[in-house]
Parts: sequence; C-alpha cells; structure tokens
Amino acid sequence: MGVSELLASALRMSVPILLTALGAVYTERAGVVNIGLEGMMIAGTFWGAVGSFYYGPFVGVLLGMLAGMLLALIHAVASVTFKINQIVSGVAMNILAAGLTRFLCIQFFSMATTSPQVHSFKAWSIPLLDQVSFLKPVVTGVSPLIVVALLLVPVTYYVLNRTVFGLRLRSVGENPLAADTLGVNVTLTQYAGVLISGALAGLAGTYLAVEHTGMYIEGMTQGRGFIALAAMIFGNWAPVGAMWASFLFGLSESISFRVVASKIPYQFIKMIPYVVTLVVLAGVIRRATPPAADGVPYERGGE
Amino acid sequence: MSSTTGAEIVRLEGVTKRFPGVLANDRVDLSIMGGEIHAIVGENGAGKSTLMKILYGLYRPDSGTIYLRGAKQSIDGPGRAVALGIGMVHQHFMLIPAFTVTENIILGHEPSRTFLNFKKVATHIGELCRKYGFSLDPGAPVSSLSVGEQQRVEILKVLYRGADVLILDEPTAVLVPQEVAELFNNLRALKAAGKTIIFISHKLDEVLEIADRVSVLRQGRMVGTVEAARTDKRALAEMMVGRPVLFDLTKPQVTPGDVLLDVSGLTVPGRGTRPVVNAASFKVRAGEVYGIAGVEGNGQTELIEAVMGLRKPIAGAVHLQGQAATGLTPGELRRRGLAFIPEDRHKRGLVLPMTIWENLILGFHRDPGFSKPSGLNLKSIMSHSNEMKKRFDIRLSRLENPVLALSGGNQQKVILAREFSHDPRVIIASQPSRGLDIGATEFVHQQILKAKGAGKAVLLLSADLEEVMSLADRIGVIYNGEIVAELAADQVTPQELGLYMTGGKRQTREGVPA
Ligand SMILES: Nc1ncnc2c1ncn2[C@@H]1O[C@H](COP(=O)(O)OP(=O)(O)OP(=O)(O)O)[C@@H](O)[C@H]1O
Ligand SMILES: [Mg+2]
Repeated sequence: MGVSELLASALRMSVPILLTALGAVYTERAGVVNIGLEGMMIAGTFWGAVGSFYYGPFVGVLLGMLAGMLLALIHAVASVTFKINQIVSGVAMNILAAGLTRFLCIQFFSMATTSPQVHSFKAWSIPLLDQVSFLKPVVTGVSPLIVVALLLVPVTYYVLNRTVFGLRLRSVGENPLAADTLGVNVTLTQYAGVLISGALAGLAGTYLAVEHTGMYIEGMTQGRGFIALAAMIFGNWAPVGAMWASFLFGLSESISFRVVASKIPYQFIKMIPYVVTLVVLAGVIRRATPPAADGVPYERGGE
Repeated sequence: MSSTTGAEIVRLEGVTKRFPGVLANDRVDLSIMGGEIHAIVGENGAGKSTLMKILYGLYRPDSGTIYLRGAKQSIDGPGRAVALGIGMVHQHFMLIPAFTVTENIILGHEPSRTFLNFKKVATHIGELCRKYGFSLDPGAPVSSLSVGEQQRVEILKVLYRGADVLILDEPTAVLVPQEVAELFNNLRALKAAGKTIIFISHKLDEVLEIADRVSVLRQGRMVGTVEAARTDKRALAEMMVGRPVLFDLTKPQVTPGDVLLDVSGLTVPGRGTRPVVNAASFKVRAGEVYGIAGVEGNGQTELIEAVMGLRKPIAGAVHLQGQAATGLTPGELRRRGLAFIPEDRHKRGLVLPMTIWENLILGFHRDPGFSKPSGLNLKSIMSHSNEMKKRFDIRLSRLENPVLALSGGNQQKVILAREFSHDPRVIIASQPSRGLDIGATEFVHQQILKAKGAGKAVLLLSADLEEVMSLADRIGVIYNGEIVAELAADQVTPQELGLYMTGGKRQTREGVPA
C-alpha cells in the first residue's frame, strides 16, 4: 500500500469529520454546545440517501442538509429559547434521530437498516495535478463534496473573522450580555450558529451515504459526530485547526482499515480512531481555550 | 444629532421599578440639562443603577415617562436608546477580552452590514481618540489592557455610536488616582464638545470636583438636586443617608503584640520568565493594620492568593501564628484563624445564585453549631443569619433570596459578616470598600479598626491611598511584584506613596526590613 493511496483514503475519511467539525465551530463560537451533531449526521445519511435515490445527488444534498437543520432547529428551540441544558437537548437529538430514521427507513424502503444503492455525484479529476503520478490517487475520482468541504475551511475563516455576522457570532459566544447591550440579537445569532451546524452535519451525513458508500446503512456514522466535536476542540475552535485535526482522525481511521495483522484481533484495530480521539482530548484539552460563554444559556437581567 | 447645550435634554417623571420584594425606584423625577455633568449619588441599593438601566432601555419601568429633548419616548431596548443618542458605560465592564479594541468598539454598530473594513474603522477610531485626547492602540486585544484603558474603550464605544448623553456608572471605582485624573480630563473634553454626562459615584470629593449638579437618591426615592458649587461633602452625605455622617476615623492606640502573619521571601511564578511576586517579605503583628499599596496589576492579587493557598509559590514561606502555613489549603488556613475578604466578590467569596443564608455560613457549614448528624441545623443557621443581618445592617428582603439580588454594598456586608463572625486571628482584606457607599465604607473601616483594637492582625490591600493611609499603621508599597518600600503611615505623604507605587522611587535594600 503506497503513501499516496493512504493519503487519498485519509482525505476521504476526514471529509465527514471536517464538515461536522466546521459546523461545530459555528455553533460553539456562538456559545451553544451541540452534542446532537451525531444525530444530525445520521439524519443526513438517511435523507441524503432518500433524495438521491428518487431524484439524484443534488436533491440528496438538499434533503440531507434540511434534515440536519430541522433537528438543529429543535435543538435551538430547546436550548436557546427554552434554555434547557444543552447537553441534555443534544443527547435527545441523537436518540430522536436514531429512532426516527429506523422508522422512516421501513416506510421508504421496506427495510429497517439499509437503503438500496443510490445515485452518486460524477467524480472529478483535478486537471494538471492528476498528471503527477504521486498525487494521482489523491486527485482522481474526487467527490465534488470533498472540494466543497475543503473550500469551506477558508470560507469559515473569512466568515468568522472578516464579516459582521462572524463578529456578532463570536461576541455572543464570548459575552452574550455585552453583545445584547450593544444591540446584537443574541437569540437570532445563536439560532444561526446552531442551524449552520445542523446543515453541515447533514451534509457530512449525505457525503457518507451518497458519496462514500453509495447507500444508507443504519449506524454508518459510527460516532463521527462526536469525533468531529473532538476535532473542533483539538483545533481550538477555529476552522484551520479543525481541518488539521479532522485530517488526523481521518488518517487514523484509514490506517485502521488497512492494518492487516493477523495477531491483533480486528476489534482492536477498529478502535484506533477512537483511542486517538481519547488520547488527543486528554492531552490537548487543557491548552484549548473555548469561547468564554460556551454552553451557558444566556438570560437577560441582573447586573 | 445636534447637542442642545443649556436646554433640558433628559427628563424622567414618576419612574417606578419594582423587583420581587424591593421597590428599586419609587416615583423618581429627574431633569438633566444638555452639556452638563450631572452626578447621581446614593447609598448601595438606592436605585441608581436601576434608574440608569431604565433610561438605557435595559429595564422597562413599571410606570413613569421619559422625555428626550422634550419629546416623550418609550425606550424598549438598548438599541432604541443608542438611536436616541444615549450611551452607557456599565458598573461592570461589558467588554469581550478575546476581541481587539476595534472589534469591541464596532460590535453591534458595524459600518457596513456584511463585510468588515478594519482600515476604515481604524481611521474613524483614531479621529475620535485625537478629538477627546484618548490614548489607545486600536489593534490591541482588550485582555492586555489596564483597567483604565478598558474604561477608555467603553467610553469610545459609546462615542462611536454618536451618543450625546453618556451614562457612567461608578467609573472611578476601579481606577487609581492617576487614572481618575486622566478620566476627568477626558470628561472635561467631552463636556467642552457639548456632550451631556451622567456620572454615578460613591466618592463625594470626586463628585464635587467634576459635577455641575448632583441628584441624591435614597431608598429608591429622589431626595433632591443641588448645585455642586453650593453644597459640600457633609451636606450631600446627610441627604444620602438621612443622618449626619462622621468622616473622621480614630485609630485605636494598641501596642503591637506577637507576629501573627509572617511572609518571607514569597515568590510566585508568572506567565513569562519574570515572577509576578518577587521575594515579598513582611510581618503583621497582633493589634496592627499592615497596608499594601500599589497600582492594580503589580502582583498584589497573586501575593494574596499565594498566602491564602490558592496559588503555589516557588519560594518563600508563610507563617501563621508562628506555625508554618505554606501550601496549606484555604480550608485549613481558615480553621487556623485566617479570615479572607477577596477583592472580586463575584469570583471569590460569594456563590451568587445561592441564598443569602447559605452564603453566610459557607465554609463554616460543618461547624457543630450549624450542622447535626442528619444535615444542616436550619434553626440555628436562621437565627445566626438574622443576627448577622442586624449586626452588619444587611439590607435584604428575605434570607432565602439569592445573594445576587443584593446590591454590591450589601453583598460585601454578607462576606464581612461571615468572615468577622468566626473570631479570626488574622484578617486579610483586599479592596474591602470597593464599590461601597460612604455609609458602608465607614462601616467596613470601623470593623477593621475594631478588629485591630481587639488584638487581631489585619493585612489590608487597597488601591485607594486615602483608605490605606487612614487605616494602616505601616504601609508596604508593591511595584512590579516587589515590595519596594515599607513606611510608617503617619510619616508619609500621598505624593511620596504615589512615587513609590509608580516605580519613580524605591528604598534601598537595607531600608527594607528582612
Ligand atoms: N435584577 C434584579 N433583581 C432583583 N432585584 C434587583 C435587581 N437589580 C437590582 N435589584 C435591587 O434593586 C435595588 C436597587 O439596586 P441598584 O443596583 O439600582 O442599586 P445602586 O444604587 O446602583 O447600588 P450600588 O451603589 O450598590 O451599585 C437593590 O435593593 C437591589 O437589590
Ligand atoms: Mg449600582
């Protein structure tokens, strides 16, 4: 197995983590913890498959993102408007998504755990680069969604640091009381952050089903929503950092697929990405600085 | 927006605001003239901040009307207030430490609706700074600024929004004398440019220095408005409190006894290579008040945290009543007779959402008097709390209310009551009168002197020179983490202290007792 094949596979594995981690950056920089991203990703896998099965991959993407946003909307209503504990609400989203998807899968496909094969996007080859033999595995057969995910990194950086929306989003996550007194609509801004995270998690799910596997399989997210949260923290709540962290997790995942060692039981090899996540979190989390008001519901009044 | 110097610009009529259990504002009338500096004074909990928050749209009044430039207005939020040319600098700063000065200033009022053009904004902010004589680096993160600079950011924020009326809620409470002088220069420049300033302070000397007129609130009611030139400190104090106030403190004459607190060579590591506290040594004896004077941020916070066991020193030792006490936990130190009044009562000292009675026994909840095998002994706790309420004159409606519903002064009294009621031997008081009104300050000072009279050792940290000089017997000046001088309080002038505090002068090594 060559290095470039490994890189190509790592890139593909890191895309769903990256998309969701970018979503997590939006919601957490707005001060709302969204542990329900896993569930939003699950919704994305199913609805992406549904859309793609009936109308093709574009509609798949659309439906997948909408499904993620719908769950995100419920999370926002619960945790922003009604100030329910954000972790509890997020966990509820995960349970809701898992249960609902199974029910809907039976309705749509008369099968509980998988969909039939669905349409995928036509893969791209990056011109010029695909002439370089070392890069060939990386830049040929590229899903357009991979390109979108990579482009979203600088876009997110720009949005956060160079736009009014980004400034307000960050202010709400740092000090909502200050933002409120300055006329920033805290509720609306937090809704925006949560909804964007839902849309990106939904897109990540769609990528998994439509592009990666070509079908919906129950449980196919395999905790990547949680790994994405770890990547976001490892990346210090910033898009570029989240990208490198996602790549690290993608790499460990693709290594776990490729290690063929008869001595070590296969289950232990499958554990690699999760162990990497744990080690990274335990080692790094102390140096990370979350937004000052992350996870704290904002209530008006008082000095 | 045109400034209307000389004409009435703000008028409040019959403004009433009720919180659960308190009438914070009771039919308040107030008239502010354009281009004046109008001070509002009153005891803690008199309703000053509430009244200003109503004018700024943060609270809706239960009844009453607000007129601006003669027209009746309903101010339903800060956005509306800003649009009407009203700006407010809060008692607690509303800044985002992780943001730069520029980001803080433009937040909520960005020059375009979509993209940020930092260059254009920087020029605008530079102009404002020049016009009113502010010195600030627009690109610096706010977390790196001194308190005085942070306040300038707050004022610039308000000016950037084109405010004609500036509300400053206790702007000087956190400033050292030099910074107050600079603030007053800025305020005079603003007044000269036609701005109207509403200024809240507990320091009557300052009020008389800067204000044109002074309005007095007492227990939610407007007592009256007087011309600053035609009144004095005593008259104002009497209007505020409703009784004559004594300003002179008499230090009880006590012969100092044994050394109760001995700090020697204490060194605390900082963020960089320099230690934040560098070989600090001093001794506090029974029956003595030892003051530590210094400009904020010179290591006094870290010094006290190290003494209190909240921070780990890398060198040096602390002895409490002759016994080694370095590295003990705060709980252990308290059991050994150390009381602590922290500088930041919101971060340390109080658990804001917990009830007043809970806060009154925090840390002592295992005392036999307050606990029994089945849990807390509520009956004895309640009678203790009621006694504390009386003895320390804590103004509260119900002991079951969270402590955060108390005004700043009364929150401080809760801490004092808890710390003084357990017969400590050594008291560490850090900025004990910050944000307190004259009545409460007088009370705190009396308690400290009473403790001294009773043979306790008191370590007093304060940025307020007047306070240090009037209470302490000896004063150690801290500069850049070092105690640069140790002086007898009755042999030093404020000017001299100021010189030591700003690094302009230091005693020779031999001058500092080891
Ligand atoms: N959000 C609130 N909820 C309940 N009670 C409040 C609230 N804000 C203020 N109060 C009460 O209203 C009264 C007036 O408070 P306010 O903060 O206006 O006093 P103040 O004059 O500014 O005092 P200080 O000098 O201590 O700042 C106090 O009794 C206070 O406990
Ligand atoms: Mg106040």
